[in-house]
Amino acid sequence: MKFGIVTFPGSNCDVDALHAVTDALGQTAVSLWHREHDTQGCDVLILPGGFSYGDALRAGAIARFSPIMQEVIAHAERGAPVIGICNGFQILCESHLLPGALMRNAGMKFICDWVHLRVEGAAPRYLNNYQPGQVLRIPIAHGEGRYVADDATLDALDQSGHVLFRYCDTDGAVTDAANPNGALRNIAGITNASGNVLGMMPHPERAVESLLGSTDGLALFESLLARVNA
Amino acid sequence: MSRFRVSIQIVPRKGLLDPQGKAVADALHALSFSDVADARIGRYIVLDIDATSAADAEKSARAMCDKLLANPVTEDYLIAAAVAA
Repeated sequence: MKFGIVTFPGSNCDVDALHAVTDALGQTAVSLWHREHDTQGCDVLILPGGFSYGDALRAGAIARFSPIMQEVIAHAERGAPVIGICNGFQILCESHLLPGALMRNAGMKFICDWVHLRVEGAAPRYLNNYQPGQVLRIPIAHGEGRYVADDATLDALDQSGHVLFRYCDTDGAVTDAANPNGALRNIAGITNASGNVLGMMPHPERAVESLLGSTDGLALFESLLARVNA
Repeated sequence: MSRFRVSIQIVPRKGLLDPQGKAVADALHALSFSDVADARIGRYIVLDIDATSAADAEKSARAMCDKLLANPVTEDYLIAAAVAA
């Protein structure tokens, strides 16, 4: 499987993502510069974390209109997998590939910490190698990660199983205390209606080796492989 | 064709938590400005736009807000055009 990792000016998790899919997952990957118009036949596109275009205007607002994003949008509209992590999630929301938006953390502070996530929802493409209700330990690093959407959108996400990850405590209980940023309904990651576009604030690519403190993110990428190899 | 100075105020939508606005409201209350009922903090953008009328300049600015300058999920905007000095 061939992965394409997009680099915008200000991306800073692109090399982490590249490392995760090549060294930890054993797949091939190419780096795609934001000015490029060609995704080079990649099967999966990843929008990494960082501060694309310096977060000017709003996080992800400018990146949405970069040349490579027109190809990413076309890739997503063909039903092919697109993963947005952290700033990538913000860009996917700004691009309207995912509903809602990410706003300033409720506590105003940038948070770099480990959190627990409860796996739920219906997205075999990304969750195949997880158990429903499984509790993951994955790091976050963001200042604008508070997921918001109107009630109708939130209800639709809940009812269709498109919320994949919620902030929870170590036992998997979804509580206010376990919510690091004030995200509505503790939402940490969602997919679109067709299940091919995934956006999440936590960083699974930073949790793929025991040396990094957790391997809980690896199964997300392995799920993609399992689906292709099945 | 004239040049118009278009002012755009963009603020977080009412009802959504604006932590920055809340912090400022709390600080104002602490300074005894107890008459402050609410504070929201957004962006102020000034554009010089060439158009045939103020209405056209505002129409153009509205399209810019819908496409890029404001987030339709979280923000509201207010536009006012005047002949640029």
